[in-house]
Amino acid sequence: MEANWEPKILAFLCNWCSYAGADLAGTSRIQYPPNIRVIRVPCSGRINPLFVLKALQGGIDGVLVSGCHPGDCHYLSGNYVGRRKSATLKRFLEYLGIEVGRVQFSWVSAAEGGKFSQVIEEVTQDIRRLGPAKQFRKRSDEFGVQSSE
Amino acid sequence: MIQQKIREIARELLTKKEVDLIIGFGEGTLPLRTTPRFMRNAEKTDRLIWNSFCENNLAVYLPKFSRFKVGLVVKGCDARSAVALSLEKRFKADQLFLIGVPCQRMVDRRKVKRAVRGEILQAREEEGILYIKGDGFETKLNREDFLYSSCQVCIHRTPLQANVLVDDPVEEYPLTEIHPEISAFEKRSSEERWRFFEKETSRCIRCYACREACPMCYCAECFVDSSRPKWIEKGLNSSDLQFYHVVRAYHQTGRCSGCGACERACPMEIRLTYLTQKLNQEVKERFGFETGIDRDAPPPLATFEAEDKQEFIK
Repeated sequence: MEANWEPKILAFLCNWCSYAGADLAGTSRIQYPPNIRVIRVPCSGRINPLFVLKALQGGIDGVLVSGCHPGDCHYLSGNYVGRRKSATLKRFLEYLGIEVGRVQFSWVSAAEGGKFSQVIEEVTQDIRRLGPAKQFRKRSDEFGVQSSE
Repeated sequence: MIQQKIREIARELLTKKEVDLIIGFGEGTLPLRTTPRFMRNAEKTDRLIWNSFCENNLAVYLPKFSRFKVGLVVKGCDARSAVALSLEKRFKADQLFLIGVPCQRMVDRRKVKRAVRGEILQAREEEGILYIKGDGFETKLNREDFLYSSCQVCIHRTPLQANVLVDDPVEEYPLTEIHPEISAFEKRSSEERWRFFEKETSRCIRCYACREACPMCYCAECFVDSSRPKWIEKGLNSSDLQFYHVVRAYHQTGRCSGCGACERACPMEIRLTYLTQKLNQEVKERFGFETGIDRDAPPPLATFEAEDKQEFIK
């Protein structure tokens, strides 16, 4: 592990709540760790479990999926469907041996700028503690891997 | 005798034209093997057999024959797959006639092969004993010692969903308990579990036998064939092999009947059922759903409850 390693965390934020909450954290000038890269999705229910796996393949150390609180989904039930997918995916990945805490989930509303920054603090700390992600990583020195990957 | 009953029912269905096609098991070309048989004439029904090597899940053929009325020979797991396919509208319920065989658990031919020295030339079964004759040896094996692990944990061996049962229902009990097997694995550290998964999937040659054997893998375009987005490549790098197996198992969430056809089909003998069994357990615990038991229960990932557990969400 390099001495200067910084966690690379991918945050899938739902457009209507979590992304707006992140925006609010920003406009309120609340400081939170800069380790996240945000991908804005219309709804937490849009998350295909393959996104999470692809992220881990590509070298991401941690994934956060964040959506609207139950009952507040802009599309009414997207977060409920996403909740079931998230639950089964998380338990399955942990069963396989992916460290607990690599993939995390949260509900953050558009008004919760403070909570958003707190969630990022916690997730970043967890990933820092776990260290760089080694599992699933696609290695370019293996045969059959395109160099552009 | 079960075999006789299957032939009688099949003959009757074809003669009375209640079905267009019977799909069952016939004698295989190799010892310890059977082969799926498709017949449209009542005279051919004498080719149908039943023994401890009828390990395939014949429901895999249903999506291909959805235009015909099919009579299908099913064990408990196969019947549940047929119900699951019907729930996903791969098949109309009245196009299917299930000939249900209460299952005595299937024999693991790999275990038998490992227990003898030399090539097996002949195998026969009688009263719970397997008589194996081979190149320079002859031996007797106790059938109960050579069952598939997925059969040992099965608690739905009687196909109650079938239109007719060829024998009395069997007493349902797991031979070994499901949870201790999974929880024994879960007691191992995450590094150990990952190393096991890595080791198993490293043998994968991406032949997709598991996918072809599985009745629930009927997608016209499988995720492995997707080029936009290209999830994984066709080569054998370890990350893609792991990705393939995680996703194939995950795509069975709430759909897998636990038949074990995937593991049985694998030429590299990769452990696969331990993945789907965990997902089946999760789905049962969290959502109270078991594949193919309740015809009217919606697929668990296609629905939700306001009170679903969310202890894992910040």
